[in-house]
Amino acid sequence: MNIVVCAKQVIDVSEIKVDPSTKKPVLQGVPLKISDIDKNAVEEAIRIKEKHGGKVTVLTVSSSDAKERVKELLAMGADEAVIVSAPENADYDVVSKLLAAAIKKIGDYDIVLGGEASIDLFSGQMGPRLAGLLGIPQITYARKVDAEKDKVVAERDVGDVVVTMESPYPVLITVTKEINEPRLPSLMQILASANKPINEWSMESLGVKELTPKMETVEVKGVSMERKNIVYQDDVDEAVEKLVDSLAKEGVLR
Amino acid sequence: MNFELTPEQKAIQKTVREFCEKEIKPIAAKIDDEEEFPWDLYKKMGKLGLMGMTVPKEYGGAGIDRLSYMLALEEISKASGSVGITVEAHNSLGIGHIYEKGTEEQRRKYLPRLTSGEAIAAWALTEPNAGSDAASIQTTAVLEGDEWVLNGTKHFITSGDIAEVVTVMAKTDKEKGAKGISAFIVEKGTPGFEVGVLEDKLGLRGSRTAELILEDCRVPKENLLGEKNMGFIGAMNILDRGRTAIGAMAVGIAQAALEESIEYSKQRQQFGRPISKFQAVQWMIVDMATEIEAARLLVHRAAFLEDHDIPFTKEAAMAKLFASEMAMRATRKAIQVHGGYGYTKEYPLERFFRDVKLCEIGEGTSEVQRLVIARRLGL
Ligand SMILES: Cc1cc2nc3c(=O)[nH]c(=O)nc-3n(C[C@H](O)[C@H](O)[C@H](O)COP(=O)(O)OP(=O)(O)OC[C@H]3O[C@@H](n4cnc5c(N)ncnc54)[C@H](O)[C@@H]3O)c2cc1C
Ligand SMILES: Cc1cc2nc3c(=O)[nH]c(=O)nc-3n(C[C@H](O)[C@H](O)[C@H](O)COP(=O)(O)OP(=O)(O)OC[C@H]3O[C@@H](n4cnc5c(N)ncnc54)[C@H](O)[C@@H]3O)c2cc1C
Repeated sequence: MNIVVCAKQVIDVSEIKVDPSTKKPVLQGVPLKISDIDKNAVEEAIRIKEKHGGKVTVLTVSSSDAKERVKELLAMGADEAVIVSAPENADYDVVSKLLAAAIKKIGDYDIVLGGEASIDLFSGQMGPRLAGLLGIPQITYARKVDAEKDKVVAERDVGDVVVTMESPYPVLITVTKEINEPRLPSLMQILASANKPINEWSMESLGVKELTPKMETVEVKGVSMERKNIVYQDDVDEAVEKLVDSLAKEGVLR
Repeated sequence: MNFELTPEQKAIQKTVREFCEKEIKPIAAKIDDEEEFPWDLYKKMGKLGLMGMTVPKEYGGAGIDRLSYMLALEEISKASGSVGITVEAHNSLGIGHIYEKGTEEQRRKYLPRLTSGEAIAAWALTEPNAGSDAASIQTTAVLEGDEWVLNGTKHFITSGDIAEVVTVMAKTDKEKGAKGISAFIVEKGTPGFEVGVLEDKLGLRGSRTAELILEDCRVPKENLLGEKNMGFIGAMNILDRGRTAIGAMAVGIAQAALEESIEYSKQRQQFGRPISKFQAVQWMIVDMATEIEAARLLVHRAAFLEDHDIPFTKEAAMAKLFASEMAMRATRKAIQVHGGYGYTKEYPLERFFRDVKLCEIGEGTSEVQRLVIARRLGL
């Protein structure tokens, strides 16, 4: 079973502070990490490999140096890594095309795995886009994956219901963070990962000509929450009524 | 000159940090309160490679360098001093002596179970009447046929009661003082080898500190560890290495105190503002941070020297001395920053303060470190 896991390097969003005067997030000095849910995808890939054998390749498209973070995934148990350098302004369209080109170059694969969404932008587009570009079936939001010999059975978590789906290989699967608990590598694995190959590919080496982003980021602003500070001090019955009224007006109650 | 950690060292630090945040920090107060020895935790640590850190892979160890060991020990001690000392004594002393001085057979026989975390090792030099003056030990070993017969009492032995394997220093030539001491491997359950009292301690209450009684305890001839009559010199080599590690432990505990203080001072409001806005509080925290950095650099440098086979006795003693005394100051200031709350068990500061005191005593008191340094300075 050969598995390609798409794992994105993101800034650690829990470390972002918002400048109160400009409302802009302060990104300087914020550490980088592998998007949490993508780590679940890597863990799942390693578990499938442990059961069926094969090879796990992690694939990262990044405009900044991703080697150090990718090594963590190799230490966890992935066999090889591919890092594709991307232009600074790459959008979903550009990144998904680069991922698709890289996966085609990697070639022989049964499963493409990824997180349901990345923790920084959380659009959830990458999986479906990629499945489309590769022309393979997709199972998104998988919270359980059973890779059998010639088909995969997965439980999709779509909010109120769980849908069980089956697909032949090759297939693209995106996972939710409930699917597993990513392992910590042992010290031995960390040392051994130093010798695992990290291939660095450029757009040119993938034969991808110029890609123009379709999306432009106009502004990034921190969310500020302001309290309304309304206090109802009348007798309880009346206060409850007013509260319900206000909540309805705010659209909180339907 | 390069102060940057290698990618592997950074990765080791990060992994151990994550492990400690998840597995040790949440139970640290309980381990201390209930004097608990969490076997499961040590087995998990074994899987991660933390129970045989610098031992090469062929004996089941992780094979990391000494500097990485210090990084890991700092993280562990930051989460729990009790776990820190247990891991330190096991790695530096218990396993250290068998690996450094053992024969190929001894290494193969004992190390794999110890490095995997299945079993714990202890190391017994100190006796009721021989602490700083360790060469004055009275435990004896006499060869009778194919067996060494050991007699004497060891005390203050970390993990002594639960260890599967204990390295015991004993006199093999009464006339010769320091040059008449040898090391022996004694296995748990050997007839004549008994556990005496367990110490009721100020801190590190989740670590075990035991008295060991040897009464006509017979071990096979091949359990002599290292050369006969070279045991004291061997023990001093092992302690040299352990000292840097005690320094790392002190830095870890101080770092925990620092982080708690920064966070608390930003939350706590007095006189209408966070106490972190008072210069008096800032200076306490700044001094903690600065001294921690200095101590850490001493520890890293001593480990660097070890890694490069450059003599490090003086530097290790300096690292231990400065780091442990620094950590006493830092944990005291951290309680001060927390005011009355720092004095209670609601916060971990009092535990840090109690735990770190051992660093000024174990593996040679601060006075003994000064003595070692003075000799190296030619005084
Ligand atoms: C929690 C804990 C764990 C330990 N674990 C181990 C272990 O695993 N294995 C082991 O073998 N030992 C262990 N020890 C023992 C430890 O190494 C000794 O306690 C230490 O070496 C000091 O010896 P002592 O307690 O007998 O004090 P003493 O030697 O009696 O010292 C008392 C005081 O006198 C001072 N002093 C002594 N001689 C001099 C001198 N020449 N010049 C100036 N001052 C001097 C000392 O610095 C100290 O302040 C442990 C101790 C503790 C508390
Ligand atoms: C065991 C114990 C018994 C006690 N018994 C009593 C009792 O019987 N009755 C009673 O009323 N109280 C009692 N107290 C409370 C004690 O008086 C307070 O703990 C003490 O006044 C400090 O207040 P705090 O703990 O709120 O610390 P905080 O006032 O929050 O101080 C925290 C830190 O900020 C510093 N700080 C605060 N303001 C400034 C400033 N303006 N400039 C510079 N630094 C500043 C402090 O010096 C301290 O280092 C007791 C406390 C303890 C621990």
